[in-house]
This record gives sequence, structure tokens and C-alpha cells, in this order.
Amino acid sequence: MKRILLACLLPWVILTAQERQLNVAYERMELSNGLTIILHEDHTIPRVSVNVWYHVGSAREKPGRTGFAHLFEHIMFEGSGNVPEGKFDEWLEAAGADNNGSTTTDRTNYYENLPSNALELALFLESDRMGYLLNAMSPEKVDGQRDVVKNERRQRYENQPYGMVWIVMAKNLFPEDHPYSWPTIGSMADLSAASYEDVVEFFKTYYVPNNASLVIAGDIDAERVKGFAEKWFGGIPAGKPVEPVDPPAASLSAEKRLYMEDRVQLPRLYMAWLTPGLYQPGDAEMDILANVLAGGKNSRLYKRLVYEMQIAQDVTAFQSSSSLSSSFWIVATARAGHTLQELEGVIQEEIDRVKLENPSTREVQRAVNQFEASFLNGLETSARKADQLNSYFVHTGNPDYFNEDLSRYKAISAADIRAMTRTYLRDNERVVLSIVPQGKKELAAEKSNEVKP
Amino acid sequence: MKNRTHPWILSLSLRKPRMILLFAACIAVIPASVIFGQQPDRSAPPRLGPPGTLSLPAIQNFNLSNGLPVILMEKHGVPIVQVNLLVKTGAAMDPDNKNGLASLTSAMLDEGAGTRSALELADAIDFLGARISTGAGQHTSVVGLHTPVSKLDDALPLMADIAVRPTFPQEELDRLRKERLTMLVQWHDQPGTIASLAFSRMLFGSRHPYGTPISGNEQSLRSFRIADLKRFHETYYNPNNATLIVVGDVDRAEIQKKLEAVYGTWKGRTTASVNWPDVLQVEQRVVYLVNKPGAAQSEIRIGRIGVSRMTPDYFSILVMNTILGGSFTSRLNQNLREQHGYSYGAGSFFDMRPLPGPFMAYSAVQTNVTDSALAEFFNEFRRIQKPIPDEEFERAKNYLALSYPDNFESVGQIAGMLADMVTYSLPENYFNTYVDKVLAVDNEAVQRAAGEYVVPEKLVIVVVGDLEKIEKSVRGLNLGKVEVRSVEDVLGKPPKL
Repeated sequence: MKRILLACLLPWVILTAQERQLNVAYERMELSNGLTIILHEDHTIPRVSVNVWYHVGSAREKPGRTGFAHLFEHIMFEGSGNVPEGKFDEWLEAAGADNNGSTTTDRTNYYENLPSNALELALFLESDRMGYLLNAMSPEKVDGQRDVVKNERRQRYENQPYGMVWIVMAKNLFPEDHPYSWPTIGSMADLSAASYEDVVEFFKTYYVPNNASLVIAGDIDAERVKGFAEKWFGGIPAGKPVEPVDPPAASLSAEKRLYMEDRVQLPRLYMAWLTPGLYQPGDAEMDILANVLAGGKNSRLYKRLVYEMQIAQDVTAFQSSSSLSSSFWIVATARAGHTLQELEGVIQEEIDRVKLENPSTREVQRAVNQFEASFLNGLETSARKADQLNSYFVHTGNPDYFNEDLSRYKAISAADIRAMTRTYLRDNERVVLSIVPQGKKELAAEKSNEVKP
Repeated sequence: MKNRTHPWILSLSLRKPRMILLFAACIAVIPASVIFGQQPDRSAPPRLGPPGTLSLPAIQNFNLSNGLPVILMEKHGVPIVQVNLLVKTGAAMDPDNKNGLASLTSAMLDEGAGTRSALELADAIDFLGARISTGAGQHTSVVGLHTPVSKLDDALPLMADIAVRPTFPQEELDRLRKERLTMLVQWHDQPGTIASLAFSRMLFGSRHPYGTPISGNEQSLRSFRIADLKRFHETYYNPNNATLIVVGDVDRAEIQKKLEAVYGTWKGRTTASVNWPDVLQVEQRVVYLVNKPGAAQSEIRIGRIGVSRMTPDYFSILVMNTILGGSFTSRLNQNLREQHGYSYGAGSFFDMRPLPGPFMAYSAVQTNVTDSALAEFFNEFRRIQKPIPDEEFERAKNYLALSYPDNFESVGQIAGMLADMVTYSLPENYFNTYVDKVLAVDNEAVQRAAGEYVVPEKLVIVVVGDLEKIEKSVRGLNLGKVEVRSVEDVLGKPPKL
């Protein structure tokens, strides 16, 4: 087809060959009720992403109510004061929109990706549930989503091979009073206990404009949208200030060696350490270390365990970054005829080697180059930019933190990787969890104690 | 930037499962006006202005000097580019007893090519921050390059080596063989995989390519020799059986020169063709119960043989399926998830291929309501035969039509849309006419599509779950003949390594 490319060439990514600067232009405003609004124009396609973060996640849950932040997220789609049950999704689909939400330990996000002409529909719906959710709440709605969430837990955890690992690992990595010690999905008993009164209290405490931030990114006229934002959100009253979550710092004082039986064919080893939180010093180093250890065929663990020795089916390493504390994971699945003790031996050798001598410059540069390229990929869609602008704003106060974020990686030297590995990947401060087929505890890493899900 | 919602993250919980969507005007009214300092009218959703127009850059076609066709869409902005070599042969051309050949051939391409070993190739690509992927579907094989434009000159020769000059080292074949045999072992753990494989087999039989896993079975995987892979590559990876698709921040003159330099001298010719076995359509209801003791849920797959992508009914099927199970507000999802709470999600799709692929409805449901959930599936299969209420019908059409531009945002997505155009010989104005064709579907056409392609009396039903808890009640539904299978009946014994 031969249509004229319209206003697609706005300099929303300024990338000059000399400086390699990433800049995502934005405008920011704050309504009198404390709601932060961030606007970003990108006219590539006639779509827009509306992205709301409430600064509340499972870390805010009370004892006996694990999983509540996520259950609440589900309830947010069941209608509000001026939106009858079911209409939230129906109206959006009729306008050509997709929408969803997700909950982590630290935040709950909601988004609509929709044609730019339908922007006000999303603002109406988001503002209605921010302002008037309780006008349409009932115990029956809570019950309905309780069943759905329980099935989510069955589908994504209980009926998945190795699926209960995440729950067991969280419990063992963090002390009992730390809010990361329970899973976002929650326990079945706590999901059963969640009440209508809990919904009311949670909404009044955390779902207030001064505890939220709204990004609108895509095919918009920023000046016009500022008016829309004021119109739909301006009348929602502010809530009480929300205090930051401030638990005592988590640490491990010993190595925990555990095994758990599961309905699986092959044993799998999980090793995890507590590491610096998102954007804190050491966080980016752990990302690079993960790549040096298990990113690609030439990474140290992949090359030895999977490529050369062929005693593992797979190996991965990753830094799982969160606000209060992150964790660094190494995960490897043993081939038939091999034990997790063998795998652990090789992994230990490679961790020791990084602690003893700097990785090569090429290994580190290779990893940094991959991160640099992934920054470009993240600028392709308004949906990803919107969520990233919101994340940067919440964690650093600066929505356009793209360049600073990338600079973290580019500044890392091989010596930094060695130093951070010595600091954070200590042998006596970690959890080593073996998952073994039922009745096959001899395949576990040695000296492990049984743990039940 | 780093994706903070890493798939491994321990804490992310989505409200909705990833639906298997087939993918996706509006009544233009008065634009809403902005009034400051006044409470907005919330008595009805805001009235929306007319939707914007998707303006795509032109599709440019040219050939390299060896005849290799190139489809180019220049998309400036983010300095990245996607280059896909689409080979018009996939697993459906695997010879008898050689299931998995197309897939294994494609997996071996980057295990040694040109003058580089597997490790040298991976190091060179990773150092650039580029990604080169290889893969085979039923009817196509793809070598895909995704790279920053600044690295294109270094990455293109690597990609061409992988596509044109693979070396197929014996030790790498031995390694991948072991990896795949181990994957077959791991399938025994995965109820959803077992259900989907059983469903394909029951529908198409083990002699049809659609009835067997693309990645191969134990017998075929053990049998492959280097010569098999080389022959498959020589036979099908040729300029007259391939198309280059390029989308990204490049211009025509420059990219043509670069492609010519690495692909222009590629020679070879594909002449082979094959006849696929006829398939027998499902003519009665059969229930296959696969026992997975201790399962927390039952994985359900229901369907029959659907229709070819070339069908004239394409758009009416699309609208019908959107209503039945192709969107969040679809009837299956609303019924099983929102009304009954049996499941985290339910849906349906038509996998349209050059030959008729499956129509499949699916869900994972709580064990103790398996029978009730099955009954609700059949309630919806019957209800979809009746005229669709206007509001629901318009919603489905608008959803498909108005969300269509979403498929054209990233270079990878656009390359995929262009690949469909090649694979199914769609006309060049296809993207431009899509919306009108969706909106032209009428209610009668949807009813005809439901009648012809969703036939409640003639469906295969597969349930993978804990039979001790579900068999009796499922039999009590009297859906049709019930056959009980073990996981090993479906997958075979786990291969010994």
C-alpha cells in the first residue's frame, strides 16, 4: 500500500551516533489530590497506552491475608459506581482495547491499550474504579474472584511441574516477618479468609490518588490530555498519606540445604542468594553476572554443564529485582543418570572462579552489549514505554531514567563483577533447594533436609 | 531496558491468563469536550470520536540478482531492524518415519556455519547484541535476525552463513538429539502439553503431520543422520523457495546492496512436492480420558478439524470465534471463569493453515467440577448456533477491527504479518481491506460458520486429570464413547538415555 507516513517522525527517541543518548520525552503534572500524571507522545500508530500503578503489592499484606493484594486486583475489574459488572471489559473490547493488570510484591499495575480515539473511555473507567469502587462492591463479587484466583493458583503453581518452588523458596530466603516471605498468589487458607471488610479497608488505605501514578503514552495531544486527566481524576479526594514499607533488612546467616519431592521426571537444583534491591548499587552487576554465568552458549555454566559435559538439560541464572531486596538465582535441571550433587559441584567451581579472578573483558562487554540492545527493543511499543516510565518514576522519581539505567550497565568493569560476587554470593548465606522425583531423595544435593510445600 | 517482569520472577500474578487469541468501525459520534472545574458526567461512558487511521509505510517488493524475492517495509524511529528469511517448507514435509526433520534441521543451522563453530557463532552474535533465531513450523522455516541498525553490517553475514552455509557437525547433532529426547521425558510432567498432543493425535492420526509433534518422536530422533539434515537443507533452503522480509530503520537502496552482498550469490532450486494423507473428519463424539493421578486441575481440549486459511469463510469464522472463545468477554471465558469460577480462563481458536488445522476449545478446570465444566462447554457450543444479540455481535466485530493496528507496532510483529501474506498468498491490499471485511460480516454468516465448523455432536474431547476423581462423573454426562488412556499411551514411555 502507498499511504503517506504521517506524523511518525517525531523525535521521541533522540539517538545521535556520538553520544548514544536515550531520551524519552515526557511531561509530568500532579493533580491537587496528589495523583501524578506522566504524558508521552508517540504517533507511530493510532493507539495509546494507559498505565496506572498503585504503590501497593503483596508486601503490604497483613498476617493471615496473604494473596490479598492480587485478589483485590481481580476485584477491580468487576465494576464500580458507574460501571455495571461486566461492562468494564465489554466497553473496552467494543472500542478495540486490550486490558489487564498484574501484582508484584511492590506494586499493582493496570493498563489499557486502545485506539487513540477511545482514550477518554479508559480514563473514565480507571477514574471510576479509583473513585467509586466501593459503590458497587459486594461480598458476592469477592467470592466470585476468590474462586478464579484459587484456580489461578492451581493452574500456575500446583499443577505445574516444579511450580511450588517459588512459594517454598520465598519462605526460606526471607525471615517470617519480612513481607517477601510469602507468595503474591497467597495461600488457599488466606484466600478463603479474605472478606468484604478487608476489601473496604484496603481500598480506603491504598487505592487513593496520592498513592498512584498514571502514564498515558502514545498517539495523544499532551495539552488536550492534561484537560482530560483533570476532568476525570481531579474530583477524586486524596486519602491519608501512605507510609513506606520499612521492614528490617533481610539477611541469611547460614546455608539452608533443602529438598522437596515433586511429580517430575528430572531433578532440578535451585540456588538463591539475597542481593541489592532494584537500582541499588550491585543490582546491575548481578544482571551482568547472570549473563556471564548462564546467558548464551558461551556463558560459563551453560558451556560446561549443557554444552560440554552434557549432564544438565538446561541452566539459567537471573537477578530477580524488587524494591526492598532482590534475589539472585541459579537453576539447573539434571539429565537422567545425573545427580544434583554433580551439578552443584560444577556450579560451585564456577562461582569460585569468578570470585578468584576477574571475568574477561569480552565476557562483560558481550553482556553489556546485549543489555544495550534490549533498551532499544523496549522503546518499540507504547505499552512497554508506559510501564517503564511508571516504574522509573516510582523507583527513582525520574520517569525518563532510561539513559541513567543504561549507564549503570555501561559503567561496569570486570573487577566490579568479581567484587560483587564475593560480596553477595556467599557460600554460607544462601538457600540450596533440590527438587527430586517422588521417592528419589538420593538425587538431591547432599546434606539436604526435606521440606514440604 | 530490563524487563522487570522476568518470567522467573516469584511474585508476579496476572489477572488474566495469556489467552490464545487469533487476533483482532466504530460508530463515529461527536468528540467529547473538556470542561474544567466541573464534575464529569459519569451516567454513561464518554462518547468517542472517530478512530484514527493506521498509516503504514509502503510495502516495497524487489528481487535480488538470483531471483530471491525481498519484501521491505521501512519503519524509521527506533534504530533496529528485523530481517527474516522465510523458507516455504516446514514440518509438514517431513518424510514418513522422519518426524522432526524440518525442526531439527532448523535447530542445527546455528550449530556451526561458514567457518565458525557453534560457540564462535554464538559469541559473535551475542557480542553484537543481536539475536538470530531459527525455527520450523508446519509449513515454513524461518531464520530471523533482530539487531540494532548499527550492527547490521556485522550481523547480516552471520545470518547468511547460518541460513545458507550450515556445516551440521556430528557432535552437535548428537548433543541436540540428547536434548530433544530429554524434552520428551519432561513432557510427562506437563498436563497441558499432554492434553494438546493427545488432542492433535486423536484428530489427525499419527501418520498426518498435524497429528505428530513438530520436534520429533523417540524413534525418529534416534534415526537421524547428518545426511538427512543436509538433504533436507539442500532440497528446501533455496532462493526459489524462500522470501526475505525486512522491517525497520533502513532505506531501500542501502538494504538492497547489503542483502545482495550476502544473499545474491545463493544458488539452488527446490522442485520437490509431496501429497499429504487425507484426514477423516470427526463424525461422532469420542471422549478420551488420560489419567494423571494427583492433578490439581483437569486440562480440557475439545474440537474437530477446522478449515484452511484460504477459506472464503475466514472473516465470519473470525467473528464467530471471537464471540465463542476468542476474547476475554467471550462466552466460554465468561461462563467458565466469571459465572462459575471453574477456571482461571477458557477460550477457543481456529488454527488455520494451508490445510485445515484444528478448531479447539480449551480450559484448565478445578478437578471436582470437571463434569460441570464439560457440560458448560457443550451449552456454549449449542448456544453459538443461535442468532447473536446485536450488541454482542457489534462488540466482537469492533474489537477485531479497531484493535487491528496493534499488530503493526514492533518490527517483529510487522514481519510476522508480512510472512502471513507470503505464506497464504494474501493480496497486497489485504491489510487495507481487513477492517472492511470484518465489518461486512453479518449475523447470518456467523450462524452459518457456527453450524458448519462448531458441530456439537461431532467433537473429540480430551481430558487429562485425576481419573479416580473425575471418571465416574464424566461418564455420567453420556457425551459419547469414552476411552481411557495412560500418559504413556499418549507420549510413549519416557526415552532412556
